[in-house]
Amino acid sequence: MDPGQDHDRRPQRLPRHQVNNPTPTQSQSSRGTWWGWAEEYFGLLIALGLLITVFSLSTNHFLSLITFRTIANQIPSAIIVATGMTYVLIIAEIDLSVGSVLGLCTALTGVGLMRYHWPLPVALAAAAAMGLICGLFNGLVSVRWRLPSFIVTLGMLEMARGGAHALTNSQTQYIGTAIEGLAEATVLGLSFPFLLAIVIVIGAQLVLSRTIFGRYMIAIGTNEEAVRLSGIDPRPIKVVVFLLSGLLVAVAAVIDTSRFGSANPNAGTGFELQAIAAVVIGGTSLMGGRGSVITTFFGVLIIAVLNTGLAAVGAKDETKRLVTGLVIVAAVVLDHYRQRLRMSPRS
Amino acid sequence: MATQPDTPHLFRAAGVRKSYSSVVLDSVDFDLRRGEVHALVGENGAGKTTLARVISGLVAPDGGRLELRGAPYAPRNKLDAEHHGVRMVMQELNLIANLTVAESIFLDQLPHRLGWIDYRRLNDEARRLLDQVGLRHIEPTRLVKTLGVGHQQLVEIAAGLSRNCDLLILDEPTAALTDPEIELLFTQIARLKAAGTGIIYISHRMEEIKRISDRISILRDGQLVATKRSEEIELDQIVSLMVGRDLEEQVQRDQRKRGPLALRADKLRSGAAVQDVSFEAFRGQILGFAGLMGSGRTETMRAIFGADRLDLGSVRLHGAAEPVRIRSPRQAVAQGIALLTEDRKGQGLLLAQPIRVNLTLLCLCQLSRLGWVRGASERSEAKRWVNTMSLRCASIEQPVVQLSGGNQQKVVIAKWLFRDCDILIFDEPTRGIDVGAKFEIYRMLGELADQGKAVIVVSSDLKELLALCDRIAVMSAGRLAATFERGEWTQDKIMTAALSGYLATK
Repeated sequence: MDPGQDHDRRPQRLPRHQVNNPTPTQSQSSRGTWWGWAEEYFGLLIALGLLITVFSLSTNHFLSLITFRTIANQIPSAIIVATGMTYVLIIAEIDLSVGSVLGLCTALTGVGLMRYHWPLPVALAAAAAMGLICGLFNGLVSVRWRLPSFIVTLGMLEMARGGAHALTNSQTQYIGTAIEGLAEATVLGLSFPFLLAIVIVIGAQLVLSRTIFGRYMIAIGTNEEAVRLSGIDPRPIKVVVFLLSGLLVAVAAVIDTSRFGSANPNAGTGFELQAIAAVVIGGTSLMGGRGSVITTFFGVLIIAVLNTGLAAVGAKDETKRLVTGLVIVAAVVLDHYRQRLRMSPRS
Repeated sequence: MATQPDTPHLFRAAGVRKSYSSVVLDSVDFDLRRGEVHALVGENGAGKTTLARVISGLVAPDGGRLELRGAPYAPRNKLDAEHHGVRMVMQELNLIANLTVAESIFLDQLPHRLGWIDYRRLNDEARRLLDQVGLRHIEPTRLVKTLGVGHQQLVEIAAGLSRNCDLLILDEPTAALTDPEIELLFTQIARLKAAGTGIIYISHRMEEIKRISDRISILRDGQLVATKRSEEIELDQIVSLMVGRDLEEQVQRDQRKRGPLALRADKLRSGAAVQDVSFEAFRGQILGFAGLMGSGRTETMRAIFGADRLDLGSVRLHGAAEPVRIRSPRQAVAQGIALLTEDRKGQGLLLAQPIRVNLTLLCLCQLSRLGWVRGASERSEAKRWVNTMSLRCASIEQPVVQLSGGNQQKVVIAKWLFRDCDILIFDEPTRGIDVGAKFEIYRMLGELADQGKAVIVVSSDLKELLALCDRIAVMSAGRLAATFERGEWTQDKIMTAALSGYLATK
């Protein structure tokens, strides 16, 4: 008997759920209740709290409003890109092109504003269109020819970066006040980009957990063939997910351009890996079918606090990367055990 | 070809038992002499393959004794069995498609120098071996995937012969072979016999068995019912031993009245597995599909459902004169066809997801407003189905992976009933399900037919079909061999039809 088969059979052998329960559905639904929410976010909140406590104790200037304002200013684009990445990972695909597409959208915004003197709304629309086009390419090519999105988006990574350099002649475009206003606007003391990111996270989480589209995404990530044989065509849904990822990248590109007041063709280099790391720390499965945008948000926060905190205690760049790497691996290992617990019958 | 009765026993099994959820082998006594071909025949699930797996070390028996060359023999695994000179060539190929022929043959003993493969020696040895088995035209450096399935199988047999091999088990070796390839195989078998190798030959091709075997053993429901010398037994005797006379009497029940025509398939053809299939299914009745493994039943259903390509032929639905073109499962479902696949876990369920998500997947539109799922109605619908199906579970949020096979199948059935299709195709609905749940599922299928649905059941368990169906279609070698009405059929007739496609010499 091969071990695979044995493994398959294991859940059936356990007698626990055979126990006769006349009204089995009345009790203990753990998801969708406040307890289910707490269970899901508990670990991440504790980790975040621990990090903040440790850094506050080890240096007396960490726990201050300035620190948190710095973090809040840095992370909106990361949150927005990671939100799209969460969707992509949930359908068991991957999008490696986000960093480069961000660079391309940035470049287009900068060149449009400075060289062609487009009005701001036109430049923003052009950036959004560029993000959508890249997402459409990723989605259509990988779905139409059933190619691994890993390779298709790796190709897009190169193409988009090439495009960004071609548009700008590899020169950073200084824009200045034409766009800076976007990032500087504040509402109730919080920057507009940060609020936008929060709205996107909440909206994306609601779409994921409350809409048919979100349900289909989870189903496709769990077992695409079963979805197809249930009479649901998974292909348009997958294309839309790549489109959304592209659009969110464009939004993040505008925010970054606005924050720096310039368009650097190298913007977003390595961003794809940061986004994947944040999503994975948040507990979304790389195998698809399971994930949450809220936990991704915590993932981004954890990485940001870690980076800021390590800088505050005077850690060098190499130490920061080492620690971040360890945290990523530790998060995945912990998640592995959490899942084992969840999938085995309750005792 | 006659073997001396006093030839020493190479292998002997006494009282071998094996059960999974049900009994698969029940005190089987079996022996094999040197230089003999001993054929094993029986219906699907009679225990042929399990016995072969016990002998080749893939499965440990629950009880009984095995002897090889007079000494006790208890292989721990396949490798151990191979050390004892026992090899099995499996139904599914073991070859790795991207390796060369030579590499595949010698995969576990590649000649090397300090870890670097010695390709000259490898290819020379492979050449010698291929010549020996008559595959002179195959280059050892060719990639396995460039060979046809038949030749791949011959290469695998060659690989089996490359080691010291006293006892060779061939499980359906000719299923994918063409005539000349079969001849080649038989020459090899004759050569091995002459060299004193004992061969266990599993097949349902009676012609072949009569031709090359010295003795034939018939298995039925895990019991070895007879062992005869090949020249002493006729085909019809083998068939009646396979089905068993004593089980003839069955629950007599009137045939359900035939409702309007629901589905008419004409001359379907799909891939290699479906050659020529025509049948009609009526509302208010259960139509069974009988046949041996690999006779093309599953493939026929998948082609009708749009899961595989339908190459030729037409499907008409609900009595319409015009055929419909179904290119995807989505279109099939839109036309009111449901297919509950054979592979529940791989193709039917979202195992990691809760029962609720599985149940409502097909009907989310009805449970939502403007794309937003109404959580309360979804939960109450899911609970309603859990109660109607008397599903045993902790809650609707329990992941399906934790349920027993029977309860998982109920989830699949409920999911489709929710969608309210008119034509329901069940592929092996009771495979791997305990007896209690089986009868519940039979009852459900009966109720569906009584409600006026057209129910089609593919099953390898003939008794199940006899009890359940109003009509039975029998497939054989990719063709529809016969259709019987309730009352007309006997197990013998069905079994003969199921074998018919394999009798004709190719």
